[in-house]
Amino acid sequence: MPLSKSMTETGRPDAPNLADAAAHIRSAYVHIPFCARWCPYCDFAVVEGRDDSTDRYVRAVVSEIESEPAWGELGAIFFGGGTPSRLAPPLLGSIVEAVAERFGVADTAEVTLEANPEDWTEDLASGLVAQGFTRVSFGAQSFDPVVLTALGRAHTPDHIVRAVEAARSAGFSSVSLDLIYGTPGESMDSWARTVEKALGLEPDHLSAYALTVEPATPLGMQVRRGGAAPDPDLQADMWERAVAAAESACLVRYEVSNFAKPAHACLYNLGVWAQGEYLGFGLGAHGFRDGVRRRNVKRLDTYVERIESGLGAVQGTEVIGGWAAEIERLMLGLRRAAGVTSGAGGEALMASDSGKRLVDAGVVGLSGDRLVVTRPLLTDEVVRAVLALGEYP
Amino acid sequence: MTDQSRIRNFSIIAHIDHGKSTLADRLLERTGAITEREMREQVLDTMDIERERGITIKANNVRLEYTARDGASYVLNLIDTPGHVDFSYEVSRSLAACEGALLLADAAQGVQAQTLANAYLAVEAGLEVIPALNKVDLPAADPERVAEELVGILGGDPDEVLRLSAKTGLGVDDLFEKIIREVPAPVGSVEAPLRALVFDSYFDAYRGVVCYIRVVDGRISAGERLRFMASGEEYNANEVGFLTPRAVSVATLGPGEVGYLITGAKEIDRIKVGDTITSVAYQATAPLPGYSEPKSMVFSGLYPTDGDDFERLREALDKLRLNDASLHYEPESSRALGFGFRTGFLGLLHMEIVRERLEREYDLDLVATAPSVAYRVVKPSGEAIEIHSPQDLPNPGEVATVEEPYMRVMIISPSEYIGAIMDLVTNARGDMVNMTYLSPERVELVYHVPLAEVVFGFFDSLKSRTRGYASMDYEISGYRASDLVKVDILLNSVPVDAFSAVVHRDKAYEYGKKLVDKLRELIPRQLFDVPIQAAIGSRIIARETVRARRKDVLAKCYGGDISRKRKLLEKQKEGKKRMKMVGSVEVPPEAFVAALKVDD
Repeated sequence: MPLSKSMTETGRPDAPNLADAAAHIRSAYVHIPFCARWCPYCDFAVVEGRDDSTDRYVRAVVSEIESEPAWGELGAIFFGGGTPSRLAPPLLGSIVEAVAERFGVADTAEVTLEANPEDWTEDLASGLVAQGFTRVSFGAQSFDPVVLTALGRAHTPDHIVRAVEAARSAGFSSVSLDLIYGTPGESMDSWARTVEKALGLEPDHLSAYALTVEPATPLGMQVRRGGAAPDPDLQADMWERAVAAAESACLVRYEVSNFAKPAHACLYNLGVWAQGEYLGFGLGAHGFRDGVRRRNVKRLDTYVERIESGLGAVQGTEVIGGWAAEIERLMLGLRRAAGVTSGAGGEALMASDSGKRLVDAGVVGLSGDRLVVTRPLLTDEVVRAVLALGEYP
Repeated sequence: MTDQSRIRNFSIIAHIDHGKSTLADRLLERTGAITEREMREQVLDTMDIERERGITIKANNVRLEYTARDGASYVLNLIDTPGHVDFSYEVSRSLAACEGALLLADAAQGVQAQTLANAYLAVEAGLEVIPALNKVDLPAADPERVAEELVGILGGDPDEVLRLSAKTGLGVDDLFEKIIREVPAPVGSVEAPLRALVFDSYFDAYRGVVCYIRVVDGRISAGERLRFMASGEEYNANEVGFLTPRAVSVATLGPGEVGYLITGAKEIDRIKVGDTITSVAYQATAPLPGYSEPKSMVFSGLYPTDGDDFERLREALDKLRLNDASLHYEPESSRALGFGFRTGFLGLLHMEIVRERLEREYDLDLVATAPSVAYRVVKPSGEAIEIHSPQDLPNPGEVATVEEPYMRVMIISPSEYIGAIMDLVTNARGDMVNMTYLSPERVELVYHVPLAEVVFGFFDSLKSRTRGYASMDYEISGYRASDLVKVDILLNSVPVDAFSAVVHRDKAYEYGKKLVDKLRELIPRQLFDVPIQAAIGSRIIARETVRARRKDVLAKCYGGDISRKRKLLEKQKEGKKRMKMVGSVEVPPEAFVAALKVDD
């Protein structure tokens, strides 16, 4: 079923027909790696202190877009980072324009950027709206100054409040907040206040992520040296707290970590979770088109030099077919509240002993022909159980 | 056939790492048995595991031709012996084929308990024992002191003790001369009916069973019809010969000679090591003194992680047994682990080696239960049974007494550690038998200790308490009644037979608590709370809970994470596949040997 206007404009974010129809959205991801400083938990492709290269980088991205084979009209563009809000609106606008020229962008398209609250001004906000942005996702992370410091963030809770107001008055049609829970030292009370303050700003969308220790980060290093690590049990409590609070604020949980008001689910992400196709531009970006996943080089200079010398930035490709495709379908689809149609992997699981144990433990169940994870925090266990069954029976 | 007066048959007795294999290499080189180009280090150790662990498991033999200083040439048969205490059974087999033994001690480390135990075996077997010091070229060597120790044990003059360096070849010629001078030549009768001792055998995929034999009387010729006196089996001698170490086939082996025999027998069980071979045409009336069957001391349940591998495990054990007559096994089933084999071993090292070979050479994934010893249970009716597995211990009402095997444990240590050793032995429920000073600094201590205690980390504790300086040997000394109880483990309220253990009553609480703690660490969190309980009968003596896993999902999964995340889950799945399902609980294989390490 194709994506209809009624689904995106009025539908519940966790509706199965929306979840499945999102597979038809064509979208693009654009990576903007520049940051004022590297947050200690982040393992994305970022650069610090390289703002002198922004113009050259944007030219390279535009040229990468121009060399991509033609495609149909895009329904979503997502600028992630790094910190996209470090670039001036005209620079970001030139990328949006290049995408529009190359592929066409639907009138109803969702055009998102990630932003740091401390960068955000009214001028910036209106400039971005003028360049075609419709949605902003703020890296709020916490409303507790102590936690923000622990996370290496430069903003204060006030910055977040002002940023949301500015985005609204500039005309952004969807405002989202990212929060992080389980930072060592963050108490349940602190998290509860963060959630309450975030919801008090009436965001259209909320992402609440458990702090994850990635090995190749300063945080990973600290933990290896015996520093405090997030406590998974406390994080489970915090997740439950966030779910309850979000629901009472009419935000529907539609994925493990994502909540939205009706008509505000992130289309770009819905597309990815439905195994939809997306193009990836910029360093470290991944794309998925015609059953092939490709990833770009991760170093800024390499990326720019390769594009400038006409080599292309793709570092590797992987054909996703057969069992791998089925595993990914479940791995992504089961993260959604809407679940996923059972298919070969789901049917094999439900017929197996391990599947029965998961059903008995209340982790997974069938709702019609859909496999739905009923204890979302144990989603990975379900996917591993499918993997353990081996290839197609 | 070689003239007996020109034959010398000898073994080398040495502690692990005291250089026996290196010395054997030198002897082979010196006599030109192998050229330098063929020289691999430690030629006599053929199995990979032997090379890796630096120990010798299977007895092996080689014939050396040596021209002495007097101009006469001699045939020297070097019969290799295992150095580890678990294999004393194989040592005595090898010694029975010899007239002499070289007692090799490291000139820095001195005599070790196992060396001493094997030296006693040699003396008891009536062998001429030649003491020698190895590694005299090392800076830490103290030949005077160690020579004193050796003569303290064997008698003689310290100055007469040979000084060798197997590494440089120093003293090797003197060693040959001394062997020729002091080891008696064999004195068999050429005319008497054939009597040859099978002192080892192995299974060759192409040739079938290969016997290593020592001809005592008469002669053995290719083509002859042979009779194995104990088993009553008859075979043709398809081929006889000796090893140089290459196999050299000959028409006849005469009295005093050592070599190999191929009969075409395909099953090693048909040929008993220790049997006497005679000729069908000209039969001996009495066999040579044989060996007692080796007795399994330690038992463990071996189970395939994947139940479908049961038959493969059986075949692998059958094949291993072809080369290891001391391996005993019988099928058993466990509610927790399915079908497997209760397997008897000579000791812990033997157990480890067998398990490693099964996994490595036969590509099996195994779960081994905690080792147990053989208990003797006397029922109220007076009937006595032997049990090899804790789960077979009858309920308290059906037991009058339980007896457990005790070991005579001999420890040699620097005297400063006597206190620490006493303390260890007391903890292990042992009694002192005697104490002898070998020198003012070194002491020999003898204790009686229950085997069950020796099995559980005793040797490791001894090593750590004496900074590695003490050495140990043990032999069974008999059964004694003890106040023993069975401690059961319940996982999610279901008893898991594979975790049951027989423990002294005074230690049962501590043991139960430690094992439960250990299991709580080893058993990963599941989808629900898993209580772990230790019980004696119906009485719970310890309890812990593995709390349910609550969070097992990555925080985010977007376009850039998908491949990486799929691969991560695939990797984690491998860990999951290793798990053994016990009821509804996933248990990692290492949990089943947790009882081994409760003291860590």
